[in-house]
Amino acid sequence: MVNLKSASEVISLQSVHKAYANETVLHDINLSIQSGECIVLVGHNGAGKTSLIKMMLGLTRPTSGSIEVLGRAPAFSAIVAQRLALGYLPESVAFYEAMTGHEVLSFYAQLKGSSKAECKKLLDLVGLGDAAKRRVGTYSKGMRQRLGLAQAMLGNPQLLFLDEPTTGLDPVLRQHFYELIDDLQKEGATSIISSHALHEVESRASRFVILKKGIVVACGTLDELYQQAVLPVRVKVSVTPGEASRVVERMGSAASITDVNNQSFHLSCLMDEKMSLIRHISSLGDVVQDMQIMPPRLDELYSHFMNGDGPS
Amino acid sequence: MKMLWVLALKEIRDGLRNRWIAAAIILLGALALALSLLGSAPTGSVKASDLDITVISLSSLSVYLIPLIALMLSFDSLVGEFERGTMMLLLTYPVARWQVIMGKFLGHVSILFIAIAAGYGGAIIIMTVFSGGSLDGWQAYVAMMMSSIVLGAVFIALGYLVSVLVKERATAAGTAIGLWLVFVVIYDLLLFGALLLDKDQLINQQLFSVLMLISPTDSYRIFNLSLFEGVSNAAGIAGIASEAGMSAALLLGVMSLWIVAPLLMTLVIFQRREL
Repeated sequence: MVNLKSASEVISLQSVHKAYANETVLHDINLSIQSGECIVLVGHNGAGKTSLIKMMLGLTRPTSGSIEVLGRAPAFSAIVAQRLALGYLPESVAFYEAMTGHEVLSFYAQLKGSSKAECKKLLDLVGLGDAAKRRVGTYSKGMRQRLGLAQAMLGNPQLLFLDEPTTGLDPVLRQHFYELIDDLQKEGATSIISSHALHEVESRASRFVILKKGIVVACGTLDELYQQAVLPVRVKVSVTPGEASRVVERMGSAASITDVNNQSFHLSCLMDEKMSLIRHISSLGDVVQDMQIMPPRLDELYSHFMNGDGPS
Repeated sequence: MKMLWVLALKEIRDGLRNRWIAAAIILLGALALALSLLGSAPTGSVKASDLDITVISLSSLSVYLIPLIALMLSFDSLVGEFERGTMMLLLTYPVARWQVIMGKFLGHVSILFIAIAAGYGGAIIIMTVFSGGSLDGWQAYVAMMMSSIVLGAVFIALGYLVSVLVKERATAAGTAIGLWLVFVVIYDLLLFGALLLDKDQLINQQLFSVLMLISPTDSYRIFNLSLFEGVSNAAGIAGIASEAGMSAALLLGVMSLWIVAPLLMTLVIFQRREL
């Protein structure tokens, strides 16, 4: 996933802590993001995803700890030009309602020094070419979101921050939306996406960062997370009708067995016991008619970390 | 500088779009037209030209109206963007925070400039063309237009300060009205009340001049009523400004301070603000 030639650290957070008057929203965050990565922030509402993104954008500053984006502290207006390389789509994006879609985009384009031609290209790309002359006030949620993506893509940003980008989009639009992001990704952009919809981002994410009450409870690639979580693999074994209980007896205590009925039962075991178990089952002979292996699903992984039995 | 104009043009376009500018032009123009028609009525006795009379009545009304228009333009401009969330997005663009404030200021002052130039300027042109009124004393009229823009800029700046301080738009609206009352009505009432109650003459003329001077609205009044001979004769307060040592530069200087101070405070607060 990471292009080794150009891989370099674009964002680094070191023991970042953020507290408002009476509550801590982020606690001791350490994170290093390499260029070209696609980081997905996962967590409940209020887990600190948006707070984290805002801080990387320099809209807020950490209470303690240090943060660097593209080699500099992003907080406030220190280096304005640095923000040329950023693109941001806020959660429930808001625009100037009285302006038309085209006016909004060209306003932002002027601030970023992008050309009029690029505006038009982006409007067409997100499918707003026909609605460009309408006031944003008349736009639907999906159209706003697409306009939001268009403005985030202005000037081919190196860093793309997308906060819950697909809420309110229908499945077809979602698909299209991710295709657009994929294109940017191919050009080498780094993206940070916060999302609830794990299955949508599963294949795109280079790494997941799971946040819970302002704490990073897990961080890593999907495989790493599965390893950390030590979730059971489930196997459904179908046997000749009537033979189930006899087969279960022959399984011994190697695995926990549930849902036994006349012709099938479920087994669950740990990942590293899986192969030996499968070998054992196949050695039972013809009574075993079928075997379905079900690896742990993403939402099981998610609830594993969210329900507090994960490492913290 | 280009950034400032991009931001300012957005405000101006908003003003045109929501008919704000049109409404202000019509309001100011109708007012100026009505007052200059009235100004043509009295003749002879004080030997004032029509325009001088118009300057007196128009500036006396502008002192209420211009601050109100300016506050209405500005009170919402920061808190509204915080509330809607457009400010958050704007600040992720390569603009500095001071540019956001100054861009808005440039835009809002331009809107006021357009409204005053078209409203007051248009009225006087209509008057001279259609009723053949003389343009004697036009300098005082132009000075009134210019000082009205300065007065407006004062209240635009004050409006930003309100807008950056409060948390909700409704509070900003209320505070802006309160601010208007204080500067336009209450301060003068208190001042004259104190003068009436002041039996021991603790407030001498010098102190009184200073008390008048520190109010931007009073500075505006003095500027327009007493600096031009024709006008001050007609207003019956000939020479009081020069006696009290108030020059045009001093009066404009005071008003400029009232622009710079709130703007600076707004900038400092905005600079620290987390979104």
